[in-house]
Amino acid sequence: MTDQDPPDGAGSAPHSDNATTGDTTPTPPEQQDVRESQLYREITGVGERMRSALLMPALAVITALLIGGFIIAITDVTTLRLWGTDPGQAFSDTISTVWGSYKALFVGAFGSINAISETLFAATPLILAGLAVAVGFQAGLFNIGGEGQIMIGGMSALWVGFTFDLPAIILIPMCLIAAMMGGGFWASIAGFLKAKTGAHEVITTIMLNFIALFLAQWLLKTAVFQQTGRSDPISKPINEAAQLPFLFGADYRVTIGFLIAIAAAVAVQGLMYRSSIGFEFRTVGANPDAARYGGMNVVWLTVAVMAVSGALAGLAGANQIMGLNPYQGTTGFSAGLGFDAIALALLGRSKPFGVVWAGILFGALTAGGREMQGVERIPVDLVEVIQALIIVFIAAPALVRSIYRIKGDDTGMGQISKGWAS
Amino acid sequence: MTMTAEPAGSTESLQLRLTPEQRRQRILVGVYFALSAFVLVFFALDADSAEDATFNLSMTGDRFTLSWTFEPRLIAIIVAVSLAVLGVLQLFVGFGKWTNVVLGGAMGLFVLAFLGWAAAGNAFSLVGMLSSMVLLSVPILCGGLTGLMCERVAVVNIGIEGQLLSAAFVGTIVGSSFGTWAGLAGAMAIGAVLGAVLAVLVIKYQIDQIIAGVVINIFALGLTSFLASRVLGTNPQFNSPDRFTTISIPLLEDIPVIGAMFFQGNVFLYGSLILVFVLHYGLFYTRWGLRSRAVGEHPKAADTVGIDVYKTRYRNVTLAGLIAGFGGAALTLGSTGRFEENMTAGVGFIGLAAMIAGRWRPFGVLGAALVFGFARAMQQKLGILGTPIPSEFLAMAPYILTIIVVAGLVGRARPPAADGQPYIKD
Repeated sequence: MTDQDPPDGAGSAPHSDNATTGDTTPTPPEQQDVRESQLYREITGVGERMRSALLMPALAVITALLIGGFIIAITDVTTLRLWGTDPGQAFSDTISTVWGSYKALFVGAFGSINAISETLFAATPLILAGLAVAVGFQAGLFNIGGEGQIMIGGMSALWVGFTFDLPAIILIPMCLIAAMMGGGFWASIAGFLKAKTGAHEVITTIMLNFIALFLAQWLLKTAVFQQTGRSDPISKPINEAAQLPFLFGADYRVTIGFLIAIAAAVAVQGLMYRSSIGFEFRTVGANPDAARYGGMNVVWLTVAVMAVSGALAGLAGANQIMGLNPYQGTTGFSAGLGFDAIALALLGRSKPFGVVWAGILFGALTAGGREMQGVERIPVDLVEVIQALIIVFIAAPALVRSIYRIKGDDTGMGQISKGWAS
Repeated sequence: MTMTAEPAGSTESLQLRLTPEQRRQRILVGVYFALSAFVLVFFALDADSAEDATFNLSMTGDRFTLSWTFEPRLIAIIVAVSLAVLGVLQLFVGFGKWTNVVLGGAMGLFVLAFLGWAAAGNAFSLVGMLSSMVLLSVPILCGGLTGLMCERVAVVNIGIEGQLLSAAFVGTIVGSSFGTWAGLAGAMAIGAVLGAVLAVLVIKYQIDQIIAGVVINIFALGLTSFLASRVLGTNPQFNSPDRFTTISIPLLEDIPVIGAMFFQGNVFLYGSLILVFVLHYGLFYTRWGLRSRAVGEHPKAADTVGIDVYKTRYRNVTLAGLIAGFGGAALTLGSTGRFEENMTAGVGFIGLAAMIAGRWRPFGVLGAALVFGFARAMQQKLGILGTPIPSEFLAMAPYILTIIVVAGLVGRARPPAADGQPYIKD
């Protein structure tokens, strides 16, 4: 295997990258390889062949796009009426609408340098939020609380960003750290409740989403945050020094946030596969009983996993404040990222570099979706539908197999969750 | 999960180690004293509390006119003392199996003191609040009963939120075109379809149940938002269904307070209340219920005695979808009459919390749903009174309550033993 990881992340098996061996390694490499390949199989159900590992995500995406096309076709009210009177014209209209929509989608995603910049711009927070969910998955925790952690992380970065008047080289890292602390704290509430009381993180994180939303709404109307002279929930803008610099100049919207996201993926890869704490995280995920008997502190680990996960989501929140105009807080800046992140983590098979590729794909869908809305007036919400379909097909390869009549024996994601009372 | 991180070395530390139940009892003592102190400091000592408050206990047009005028300070002091007494009793005696009932009563007292303080110097329609509590709890109740039906056969359904949302959407569109009853039928049908999809995904394809549910939620949210802006935006005639009218039950509607709460409702209120009785009887007194519960507790044993585990699960999860569809229709056809993007706003998840708090029993779910409904009603009604509490914090209340419930303040509930696990036939 090479470092050219396919989107499904199968190539990012632990023994493939020798670049990050500088981290603390608790056991000799050979032993760890054995252990990790077992764990790896345990977590991903991999044992599947390379061909299917590449083929299934590709088919999943294609199938989802086909169904999306069908949805575009049947929701075109004017053309639907045409079917009664002039089926031929209706057919060609339908084809041209769907073709035009997907052409706009592609052009909006990759058609120009600006389109590519838009794709990477949209991918940035997606990658960060996707990494958050992926870390949780690897440790057996389902963090649906990305939305709330993004809100809290973003609000923390916002506060630091407009309060302190410092040079960018100090202020930007300060904002990012604040965001990680905010998001990490918010997520670790759910981790603590899970570890101490058994409250399922799916419910607590979703409830924390709503609480964070209302908290942010309230904060944005307090004197500390609210822009002077406004009565609606909108904050002061952050200082110019806290704005993330553009990557290719001010003409293109992509910022160094994208590099931060890539760096975060590398860091997560190092943490999960090259450190002892990462090993403990994955062990808790694979088999909490074994982890407990092995002397690991499951309570602390659960809180720590959620904190790491929330910190990554917090970074996504920081990007939403520091990386795009108008550089200020409003009530909706999490923009559904926390939920898209789940699809990303599944598509990337919870592997850091898998998430990066999946993030770029979804970034392309988002950037292209906006173009599609502008050109063909197809609501951008369609992208959400396509993403949901992608998750279904990724999580149930047997479904794709039965559609395309491919033989195979992989069992999909397997069981990540363990009921309410675990 | 382990409850303590102490080393098991000395006997002393063994004695200090608390069982979850003991821990809960201790937390409860703290809760009672904290509530008592809170009432004393914030409600009794507040200068405004000297002004009289009036609770209206009847609505305009009712047969009897009732109201209750009192001094909030006096009530707050009585409540604070009662709570302190409960704390002492909890510490030294304990309430045994009545613990949750006493906790519920204490919460009621606290809310009474709170409402008195909020209404000081004003008149406040208590009965209006209680009847909106009941109305708001209907979708939560339906969500909870859906979850109950699924989990009794060991299928965790996180997709209730999506089912409710889709049903609200379909109910609106079909209801606008073909009338309210058709809308209700359409809503229930889409609920059942999504239930069947969930069943196929988790039973046939053995997708992780949580992921399958989340997929249904994302899919429903994406598709309804897409269709709302693509179709409803340009064709508003599809978003204006007639609503179900209020049907008052003769005689019963004249009972003070209770009549306004339970006997002046629409088809959704009566339907969901009847459903609670039907499900209770069905689950615990019929062959269907026994078989369903067997599949949820020990599918292998059920299979051995000849119960078709897969068929039972398919059937129950799909039937549960009908309930979710009913509840979703209540959101549009039973109240606002308009579909709005993401209008469920977590109701499905709150329903799941109600199911957990109600310990997987229909009447338990009803009680929990009413509590959640109360929290939502309070947010609506207290905005009118103009309390110094920001409305955002009142809006948080149901969600915080949900967390408290699932974190086990009302005690650890035991879910069906096989909950969430796929059954693989050897």
